[in-house]
Amino acid sequence: MNGSSVRLSVCGVVHRYDSLPVLDGIDLVAEAGRVLVLIGPSGCGKSTLLGIMGGLIAPTAGTVRMAGHVAPDCLNPLTPVFQDFALLPWRSVAGNVSLVLEGRLPRRERAARVAEVLALTGLSEFARAWPKQLSGGMRQRVGIARALAVRPACLLMDEPLSALDAQTRALLLDEFAGLIERAGTTTVYVTHNLQEAVRLGHRVAVLSRRPGRVRDVMEIDRPIGGRDVSDLGLLAIERQLWEMIRGDAAAAEREPIHA
Amino acid sequence: MPDVNSPGTPGHDIAGPVPFRARGFTPRTVPGAALATLLGIVALWQAGASAGLIATQFLPPPASILRALYQLAASGELWRHLGASLQRLAVGWTLGTVCGVALGFAVGLSSWLRSPGMAVVSALFPIPKIALVPLFIIWFGIGEGSKVATLAFGVFFPTVINTAAGVDAVSRNLMRMGQAFGLSRAAILCKIVLPGALPAILSGFRVTTGIAIILLVAAEMIGAERGIGAFVLQAGNLYDTDNLLAGIVVLSLLGLLVAWALGQLERALLGWR
Repeated sequence: MNGSSVRLSVCGVVHRYDSLPVLDGIDLVAEAGRVLVLIGPSGCGKSTLLGIMGGLIAPTAGTVRMAGHVAPDCLNPLTPVFQDFALLPWRSVAGNVSLVLEGRLPRRERAARVAEVLALTGLSEFARAWPKQLSGGMRQRVGIARALAVRPACLLMDEPLSALDAQTRALLLDEFAGLIERAGTTTVYVTHNLQEAVRLGHRVAVLSRRPGRVRDVMEIDRPIGGRDVSDLGLLAIERQLWEMIRGDAAAAEREPIHA
Repeated sequence: MPDVNSPGTPGHDIAGPVPFRARGFTPRTVPGAALATLLGIVALWQAGASAGLIATQFLPPPASILRALYQLAASGELWRHLGASLQRLAVGWTLGTVCGVALGFAVGLSSWLRSPGMAVVSALFPIPKIALVPLFIIWFGIGEGSKVATLAFGVFFPTVINTAAGVDAVSRNLMRMGQAFGLSRAAILCKIVLPGALPAILSGFRVTTGIAIILLVAAEMIGAERGIGAFVLQAGNLYDTDNLLAGIVVLSLLGLLVAWALGQLERALLGWR
């Protein structure tokens, strides 16, 4: 456990891009120390909702409230992990991680924390490498290391594996599960991949097609660490989730794209 | 060899190795070719002059220009003129660059300044700066002020445009990342926006140093006693083509030196690319 325990509540959130309604009356809770997965068809507003939860997008209406305990070593309670990694190409792996600690920790403590999270994410050997020298999976490890370095109270992960190939995705998924469980950090995880949803989520919120509404919330009551995606129980949940979003996904796929 | 690009031919047989079709469009730098080309031109020029094919009173041979350069250097005249030019170049370019980078950042980041700033830059940038020299002489006098102002003015606008384009090119996602991790505005500017815009700013320096040298010579040709521009003008008035071309060679070497220095700077600052 990292010492922080924060609950994130979304109350009546509505969002529009100009006249385009994206989210409509979202009420949702990310419980402290648990993983809330957001799934839904393309364009349903999952990433927008995550942006609103992280304070990076101002909702048209509604509020997001944070409540709980933030440990003294937490430097950034709501911490994102980006789909496209968002690494600075002019900084080394260690430099990218160090960026979020600079000005907040003394040099020695900063170096120790960078070394700690690089070891945790298997990047110690690549501390001096440039991001361009790394594979997609390794870049996302840097994104995770950077997020863990600030000892977050809540991780906000926006399709962190979607830019990776299937094998890397499977490997990182298991690593994420281990890291999240050990840290016990409240996590909101956006994905369109149902396997990821059942592998990581304590709760899976299914959003409808645009404008996104919470169609259902499914509880998965087993520890994340011991889950196996080939487990029949999980496969049944995955199938159930697919049945829920199938119609919307097909309809969303035929909709024009709104930039 | 079969032509794999002829799908229009109906029903023909095809046999043989697949031809390699991805030749070309990948130019490479040939080591030594640049120097060899320059030396070749100089050698041809010298040979043409020695053979009497080039009228040396209009275009003196490289050997005469080298001799003139040596004499200018030995007498100290070259250093006096070059020193005056370099001083103007350094002050004018730095002034224009500092102001241009500052406004470029403001235009690139501020909604309030973006439209007004770009409107002013777009309106003033196309004005030939040489045409403003007489105006600057009226404003700042015939001395250093008008010359420095001409250079600074000429450097300022392309610097604003390059810097603003560089700031625009920095991924907004990186800035959002900085905000999402709670970085201060100053940290986002210094650690994300500035390094991200640096490639465009530095490539702008290549353009602006060239513009600065052109404007330097033009400004020195009006009311200056010292400076390479003034020296070239005096040599021309005296039909002293050896010294005239020696001055031009100095300008060319100055341009090469500046380009080399910028290359080193790029290598040091943009090694991550």
